[in-house]
Amino acid sequence: MSALDLINPTSGLYRKREPIFPRVVKGPFRQLKWAVMILCLAVYYVTPWLRWDRGPFAPDQAVLVDLANRRFYMFAIEIWPQEFYYIAGLLIMAGIGLFLVTSAVGRAWCGFACPQTVWTDLFQHVERWIDGDRNAQLKLNAAPWSAAKLGRRLSKWSIWLTIAVATGGAWIFYFADAPTLAGQFIAGNAPFVAYATVAVLSFTTFTLGGFMREQVCIYMCPWPRIQTAMLDEKSLIVTYRDWRGEPRTQGVKKAAASGEKLGDCIDCNACVSVCPTGVDIRKGPQLGCINCALCIDACDDVMAKLNRPRGLIDYLNLDDEKHERAGGAVRPILKTLLRPRTLVYFAIWASIGLAMLFTLGERARLTIDSAQDRNPMVVTMSDGQVRNGWTLKFRNMESRPRTVELSMAGLPDGKLWTDAMDRRSAARSVRLDLAPDATTMLHLYIAAPAGAAGETPFTLIARPLDATPGTNDGRDAVRAVKFVRKQG
Amino acid sequence: MTDHNKRIDEATGTGLVGHEWDGIEELDTPLPRWWVYIFAATLVFAAGYVVAYPALPDTDGLTGWSSRGQLDQTLKAETSARAPRLDAIASTPIEALAANPQLMRSAIEGGRAAFKVNCVQCHGAGAAGSKGYPNLNDDDWLWGGDIAAIEYTLQHGIRSPGSGEARFSQMPAFADILSKAQIAQLVSHVQAISGQGKPSAAGAALFTENCVSCHGDAGKGMREQGAPNLTDGIWLYGCDRAALTQTISKARYGVMPHWEGRLPRVTIRMLAAYVHSLGGGEANPVAEPVTAAAEAATEVGADVGA
Repeated sequence: MSALDLINPTSGLYRKREPIFPRVVKGPFRQLKWAVMILCLAVYYVTPWLRWDRGPFAPDQAVLVDLANRRFYMFAIEIWPQEFYYIAGLLIMAGIGLFLVTSAVGRAWCGFACPQTVWTDLFQHVERWIDGDRNAQLKLNAAPWSAAKLGRRLSKWSIWLTIAVATGGAWIFYFADAPTLAGQFIAGNAPFVAYATVAVLSFTTFTLGGFMREQVCIYMCPWPRIQTAMLDEKSLIVTYRDWRGEPRTQGVKKAAASGEKLGDCIDCNACVSVCPTGVDIRKGPQLGCINCALCIDACDDVMAKLNRPRGLIDYLNLDDEKHERAGGAVRPILKTLLRPRTLVYFAIWASIGLAMLFTLGERARLTIDSAQDRNPMVVTMSDGQVRNGWTLKFRNMESRPRTVELSMAGLPDGKLWTDAMDRRSAARSVRLDLAPDATTMLHLYIAAPAGAAGETPFTLIARPLDATPGTNDGRDAVRAVKFVRKQG
Repeated sequence: MTDHNKRIDEATGTGLVGHEWDGIEELDTPLPRWWVYIFAATLVFAAGYVVAYPALPDTDGLTGWSSRGQLDQTLKAETSARAPRLDAIASTPIEALAANPQLMRSAIEGGRAAFKVNCVQCHGAGAAGSKGYPNLNDDDWLWGGDIAAIEYTLQHGIRSPGSGEARFSQMPAFADILSKAQIAQLVSHVQAISGQGKPSAAGAALFTENCVSCHGDAGKGMREQGAPNLTDGIWLYGCDRAALTQTISKARYGVMPHWEGRLPRVTIRMLAAYVHSLGGGEANPVAEPVTAAAEAATEVGADVGA
């Protein structure tokens, strides 16, 4: 005990972490947890290695966040920095998705899909594999340090560390070509930032999954507090049916003999011993409960052995709790899932998704931007005509070179040429080659006979000459501009 | 901690701090112990930081780091990173620069930066010039508008005192040669050939007598002399009667400084590329004679240098 713990624990300044050794449990929710864990880990580790052919001008990695070239690839979708609102849209969908999930099934995110939960679960499985189940772990923890204990600890920690390095290692492959980076990483000539990222993520995975565990959920994570605020009387919460379970006793036979009226809870502590965060669900809803439902599995198991109905601990909402407490029958869960609030969340969530899909299909893959020269805006040429200039930016967002014809709609007496041409070859239109998946910048000049002050609006049109029939890549890129004949 | 009257919250079993807002009370929940370890670690880190970095007055810190030193380092790194490209620009014949678009692009951007420091005082931020200072955006060049000619002008200047190779010409002040009436006729003629009035025989005669040796028979100018084309739409000092009268009577003597010896060769080259890129730059003249002349000039230069 350190000096800090000598302070009265109820009013002390600091509290030591109580180690938790959750017992292994079997049941449908454990099965679900396995399925979610395998799915999440598989998606995380496998995704960067999926290939997607985009032709010779773009990377062939299915999901790639190419920070250096400012491109984000996700299967058939390529996003440029100026289209970042799609990512913002995804984040909004993720946020509303969490609202939806929370209002329907409570802290399901915390209990099943949160990386902290998934990796802690994985680490606990390793722990049980090395040290044995709860009782063996408790004994080992209490035992003095010995060669055997050290051996077990070292092997556990090295497996944890291997998982941690693999976790950090997988992360970097989302940001570069995975096979190339893997080769570089092993050969020792990957960029420093790759090693630093792996080191930081390995460290956090190792400590957060191995040692901090429920401390992250209880003290560090803001999400449980936010979720607590979003729960309502219809949200599913892991609940102990105390009206059915109480009064609890361990001496069932003795109590029965004396004719006492008993609840179904035999106070076997199975629910507490399987809990990954070490809470006692029978004390009611609490911050430490991540709603992983393992206690439901544990209790159902015991109830089955006692030939009593399952569900002494179960997913229940506050409304149904009131209803059942007043003697009502158990209501089906589906009714609580479909209600205005969840439907509205779902509608918002789905309409953002549909709107994004629609705009994604309709978005322009060829755009033209212009900045008119302002200093000077008007240049008098030796033949007396006046010239305006523009810096043009063509964004060819397709992974193939394109050819466009740049022309003017309006300004009938104007002729255009680019900085790659001579004014002698100025014409009404010019053919331009645009580099694949790149911004092509050029300077455009237009000269027209001089005249009175005032602006002549007209439109620059880039017409693709290589459109694929049946797609929308043949749409013109247009830009409204103005010709100024005399600087005002 | 020694408060024995502390009340305990029934639901949680935790002590209460004693603060109350609208019936809501604050629990005295103990912090996790790892938190205090991290707090202690930050204190240790802070102490190390104060020693390692110049945090206290009049100390340099063990690492010797300074913001000025870091800037120096950044500049040095930047300079050495740019060196190969600058060397490539300096060693490429200027007429061949355009054949390497990437190098040309670098040269133009380098020139853009140097222009802002050295040239805007006279030519303006957009190189549009003003009265007496030519607009570099247009296609009218007194001394030649191909990239090599522009570079020569930049190197040696125009009528620049102290440069033996400066472009030089001097227009006579006709107030001493012609009468006021004759000058007025000449002004009318110059306006006429640039489309601003009717030509007159007397003016044409005066022009032939006094001006064609530099400005040419048709008044289209002569680049060897830096004599402007009088028939086009661009006027360095203005084309109204007063300005033309002033020009013919008192002459003009525009000076551009030479930059050789003041700016590095490569900077001058980049400035030439930038000015050439402003929209009026002319194509290289037919290659052969230029190369021969350039070679000859290099030989002479080398001899002089030796």
